[in-house]
Amino acid sequence: MLLQVENLEVKYGNIQALHGISFHVNEGEIVTLIGANGAGKTTCMHTIPRLPPPEAPRVIAGDIKFKGESILETKPSDVVKQLHLALSPEGRRIFGNLTVMENLKLATYARAKDADLNAEYERIFELFPRLKERRKQRSESLSGGEQQMLAVGRALMTGCKILLLDEPSMGLAPVLKYELFRKLKQLNEEGMTILLVEQNANLALHLAHRGYVLDTGNIVAEGTSEELLGNPDVKKAYLGG
Amino acid sequence: MLRRYSVHLALALTGGTIIYCAYQEYLSLYIMSILMFMGVNIILSTSLNLVNGYMGEFSCGHAGFMCVGAYVSSMLGVWLFAKDKVFGAAVLDPEYALYAFPLIILTGGVAAALAGVLVAVPSYKTRGDYLAIITIAANFIIISTIENIGAIGGSRGFMGMKRLVNSMEDVVELPWMPIWVFVFTIFSIWVIRRYVSSTFGKGVSAISQDEVAAEIMSVNTNKMKTITFMLSSGLAGIAGGLFAYILGYVNPGSFNIMKSTEVLVMVYLGGMGSLSGSVLSAILFTLLLESFRFIIPVINDFAHQFHLISPDYDISQVWRWVLIPLLLIILMQFRPEGIMGNRELGDIFPRLKRFYRFK
Repeated sequence: MLLQVENLEVKYGNIQALHGISFHVNEGEIVTLIGANGAGKTTCMHTIPRLPPPEAPRVIAGDIKFKGESILETKPSDVVKQLHLALSPEGRRIFGNLTVMENLKLATYARAKDADLNAEYERIFELFPRLKERRKQRSESLSGGEQQMLAVGRALMTGCKILLLDEPSMGLAPVLKYELFRKLKQLNEEGMTILLVEQNANLALHLAHRGYVLDTGNIVAEGTSEELLGNPDVKKAYLGG
Repeated sequence: MLRRYSVHLALALTGGTIIYCAYQEYLSLYIMSILMFMGVNIILSTSLNLVNGYMGEFSCGHAGFMCVGAYVSSMLGVWLFAKDKVFGAAVLDPEYALYAFPLIILTGGVAAALAGVLVAVPSYKTRGDYLAIITIAANFIIISTIENIGAIGGSRGFMGMKRLVNSMEDVVELPWMPIWVFVFTIFSIWVIRRYVSSTFGKGVSAISQDEVAAEIMSVNTNKMKTITFMLSSGLAGIAGGLFAYILGYVNPGSFNIMKSTEVLVMVYLGGMGSLSGSVLSAILFTLLLESFRFIIPVINDFAHQFHLISPDYDISQVWRWVLIPLLLIILMQFRPEGIMGNRELGDIFPRLKRFYRFK
């Protein structure tokens, strides 16, 4: 098991957001967390990479383990560097005042100085050709879909082995959404482990190997994608029929 | 080839001309001092731009760090190379003052950089308005500390730096102050340019945009803030040291919140996050400030001529401090992005890029 969350309970101020959830991600898998608004999906995503306050929720019980070792004490800037775990946050949060290329360059912050980055930039541009066309543009001038691709590209440039994606399809036109998910599939086939949080349960389950269903801070169902897609409760609540 | 060295050439020519004019005394002392204050203001506005423009924090206590630099380098210089009633006889032969001078100014800068930690540490957890209040507090702390140390003159000020300048000129007959102001101005612009255009320095822009996103891109924001605040206040300290040696006299009153506001006006006038804007606005602002010396008497005469004000009242230079804040209000109303916005000279006139390269 690469990433393991055990009985995690977290609070924002006085409000408990997660009531002891456990899940795990194996190497080379795509795992998805699905659930309604306010179920605690984004909270999970903010807790794992140890985001600094005020975004960070407070862990009051449980543990997050990476290859069997607790990462609760790891500094946020070390999560990327040492654990090769990168988050593409909800709402993209790219650096609008920098160009596309500078955004990607910034992501290499923690990389070894001698790493051959040119090949990796090329790989990102191969994955998302639109970014190559626009690499000298300020990234705030990109369209929503392009910004999302930049956010994913930026997370990849950190040299991550595990990619955490928080609502990557938010605000994307259906065509772009399917394109992005095809790219994610391609990435996974090349060996990337992905933890995906998604509102669009149908799409997410069709991409993922396994899934967990979150509801108000508890895990209410889990299983392989086929199991969840066939589960009548899940079908009723999240898949529209 | 020429494109590569055109900036160096232009700088050498400008510097050479100014220094030659000063040497031959073509320029009056008044003009020379305005030129030197221009250099000091350029250092101040570019270094504050690093924090307020590039990093997106709001620091308004820049003069406090300038004060630290001014006092430390003045005291060090006077202690080492001049006879003084506080420090006694000179420790070293005044002949060496010539070589030690840049080191003395840099020491002032280092001291100011250390004072910058005063602001950097609170900035880990606060930003925006709250950090602004902290920076004002830092300014007050520094000023009142110095005001209350009687040994170095308290609020009366500290002097004796002219002796050091004179002994430099005794060794080699050159206008040393203009030379050093020019050198340090170019040095600080170069440092800031290198810093913000490096991949490391892009972290500063990332902080201004989104601190959390910067953190998950593995930018250590606390470290980044510390370095940036220290660099900015260190350069302000260098500016302060030069300021002290140009005037030959410092007192805490000249580094109060008014001075900080002046620097803020320069940054906003030039444009946030534009280095060339800051340089340009520092030059314009210095000229504007000096021009009030001539404009205000003219307005005064005009008002008396047409009996607009009582004959007992004269419009004095104090009115500068009405006109400059007014300028800030007008600026915010009609061109909030400043002269250059966040663009550089090369972005506004792309053709210029063919003639120079400045990294």
